[in-house]
Amino acid sequence: MRLFLILATLVTVLFAVSLTIGPAETGGLQSLAALLTGSDGPLPMVMREIRLPRALLAALIGGGLGMAGAALQGYLRNPLAEPGLIGVSGSAAFGAVLALQAGLTATATLGLPLAALLGAVVGVFLVMGLAGARGGSLTLILAGIAISALAGALTSLVLNLSPNPFAANDIVFWMMGSLADRSMTHLWLALPFIVIGAGLLASTARGLDALTLGEDAAETLGLSLSRLRLLVVLGTAAIVGGATAVAGSIGFVGLVVPHILRPFVGAQPSRLLWASALGGAALLLMADISVRVILPDRDLKLGVVTALIGAPLFLHLIFKTRRELP
Amino acid sequence: MRLSKVISLLAALVLSSAAALADAPRRVVSLNLCTDQLAMLLAAPDQLKSVSYIARDPRASAMPEEAAHYPINYGGAEEVYLLNPDLVLAGAYTARATVNMLRRLGIPVYIMRPALTLDEVSIRITEMGAALGREEAAAALRSSFETELAALRITDGPRPRAAIYNANGWTPGENSLPSQVLKAAGFTNVATEAGFAYGGSMPLELLVMAEPDIIISAAAYDGHSRAEDILTHPALRALKGAVAGEQVGDNHWICGTPHVLDAVRNLSAARRALLEEAN
Amino acid sequence: MTLLSLTDLAVTLRNRPVFSGVSLTIGEGELVGLIGPNGAGKTTLMRSALGLLPIQSGQSSLAAMSTADRARAVAWMPQAREIAWPVPVERLVALGRLPYLPISGKIPPADQEKIDAAIAYLGLEEFRARAASRLSGGEQARALIARAIAQDTPLLMTDEPIAGLDPAHQIATMQVFADLARHGRSTLVSLHDLGLAARHCTRLVLLAEGGILADGAPEDVLTDALLARAFGVTAWHQQTSSGPVFQPLEVI
Repeated sequence: MRLFLILATLVTVLFAVSLTIGPAETGGLQSLAALLTGSDGPLPMVMREIRLPRALLAALIGGGLGMAGAALQGYLRNPLAEPGLIGVSGSAAFGAVLALQAGLTATATLGLPLAALLGAVVGVFLVMGLAGARGGSLTLILAGIAISALAGALTSLVLNLSPNPFAANDIVFWMMGSLADRSMTHLWLALPFIVIGAGLLASTARGLDALTLGEDAAETLGLSLSRLRLLVVLGTAAIVGGATAVAGSIGFVGLVVPHILRPFVGAQPSRLLWASALGGAALLLMADISVRVILPDRDLKLGVVTALIGAPLFLHLIFKTRRELP
Repeated sequence: MRLSKVISLLAALVLSSAAALADAPRRVVSLNLCTDQLAMLLAAPDQLKSVSYIARDPRASAMPEEAAHYPINYGGAEEVYLLNPDLVLAGAYTARATVNMLRRLGIPVYIMRPALTLDEVSIRITEMGAALGREEAAAALRSSFETELAALRITDGPRPRAAIYNANGWTPGENSLPSQVLKAAGFTNVATEAGFAYGGSMPLELLVMAEPDIIISAAAYDGHSRAEDILTHPALRALKGAVAGEQVGDNHWICGTPHVLDAVRNLSAARRALLEEAN
Repeated sequence: MTLLSLTDLAVTLRNRPVFSGVSLTIGEGELVGLIGPNGAGKTTLMRSALGLLPIQSGQSSLAAMSTADRARAVAWMPQAREIAWPVPVERLVALGRLPYLPISGKIPPADQEKIDAAIAYLGLEEFRARAASRLSGGEQARALIARAIAQDTPLLMTDEPIAGLDPAHQIATMQVFADLARHGRSTLVSLHDLGLAARHCTRLVLLAEGGILADGAPEDVLTDALLARAFGVTAWHQQTSSGPVFQPLEVI
């Protein structure tokens, strides 16, 4: 309970800090006052339409990705599982890009996140099919590399074929993710998917705990494995689909956060779910603050920061797993 | 290896000096949107053999119909060499590798610098005339351009604040043709106030805080790009007076040609409408 | 009361018949040792009896139950001592109560008592807060048995629980099962150590040649003829003052 309080406080503070950071250098308190009271001038517009959606999306997407990482790790019983690393985010990005370039998004408002969700579902099924439900580390990572590479190549292909001269530059966005200049429209697109996904994953808590003992033992504890798999796949895909559709693929959040928080929840997968949601929100808010503080004039991609934090940890985990396995 | 290099260098020198000495070039190929347009305006019949494919794109080119009469090229060295040109026109930003390759092959390449002011438009006309051996045509075009510009230029009255805002938040600064066109049409450029000397990405926040009277944006291309998403951001749309570039003539101020006059004309009309609305 | 009843059970895996015609009943207070050579299908028999493997023909009382009912009828310990995360021993044992917990996941006092009892029963108090995955093999085996006991089912099925343990842990483990049997809870345990099987089991089932070759008291199953036929070994078998002693001797 104390952990949750600490994390919730951290998220609140970072959220407030995120709101006060931007190229228009306005005082922190003045900015927050403008957000709440809507005083005259353009500042309330900046706060409500530019900074607020950005901070909300960082918290929402970070929370979703943290939770998805915790659920995937719990289900596959593998600390290396992460939506970005195993190619789910890449597949979601491909789905989103396909929908955007095909003009599907113009006819159906929810077309964009739905297409990303569909891409993510295909990605999860592929990786689980390739790696097997038991998900040995090596096969999981190899399957993830293959799916990421394929999804990345297809995404680049579609963007290069686009009649839009700017589309090819978007490749970086879809690969590394960014929250720059997102609006409330994007928030409303992603919100239902991430909330529903989080709900689905929350319902897997008990099953993930039981899986600590392996599939056989879990099944004889009254768990339906096929139902659990469906919930994990759909929950992860909904979150990653909603997040990737509006912010591109942001890697490593789902790897770093569960890893850091696991010791604080007694390694219990069920408690790790919600702790990782809060932790993920904090991490992505922090990353989004740092891209704006480090390089305020350039659109530094979020994925760059999360990868700089996550990749060394990933290497460490590979090293540890290698030592534990024959 | 070294010997052959010397020979080809010598050959290149001989050829280029020969071209310079001889009369006007007879087989001109243009690789750049801006040289395309100036060459189409100045070249003698049958002198210009090919223009770049972008010259036919009505979004970027002010002369797409004229360009339809010329064979197009995609700017590859091999493709251009096979057209057997005696002069190649390129822009300052045309691929270095292509230009160097063509020069190694002994083809003279004329590189036109971009025009950053309206005065430089006049200078470019004269320079291009000289390169094509069409000095008289250039002098005529220059004088009509300058006369028309003088008639259009707005020097007094209120100067509404305009922002030119494009994909990725790109905005041209003080030292750029679009900014000079704005000035000639009686506007001040918001980017100049914000300290953009040449141009750059202006964060959406700064644009909103600057509260421009009018925003000029290029129309979105087909397909989709996140770079253009910024132009449909609710915060931008909430600002008054957004104008699509197509109406203003975005394609008219990309290059320093007499077509910038259309942009000045359209912007002046937009200014008049804005001032009438305010009254 | 019958805790497990198999009727004419037949299982085929990858087009290879593993066994057929298996009928078996386990009542209260039994410690049944399932013995047989490698590949005889001991694990397959247990998993198909639980309904974890598809059954070609025949019936299993456990496989016929809903998963929720089965979770209250039998606790299952697979051979792989899987503990995926470094959860504290207490949490691990508490997993045995999952079938009974309310939706909220909070552990009611009655359930906590059962958890504490299971921990005490296996002498795991000092490990209560230690990460289960970092314990030694023997300690992990005990923690997993405590988990199965906390599930509080009349029947426990366990696949080679003493493989890889030191003699003290092997004997202690068999004694736990024997003690459970004395309290009316039955265990079906597969094992390779015929000596321990002879000493601790109340009954042995010999699985070989695609079916049950023998089923009865240890001295009736571990006969020279059956041992030679099923395992291809000779053995020395004696009733001593300190209980039955059984020692395999030579490969025939």
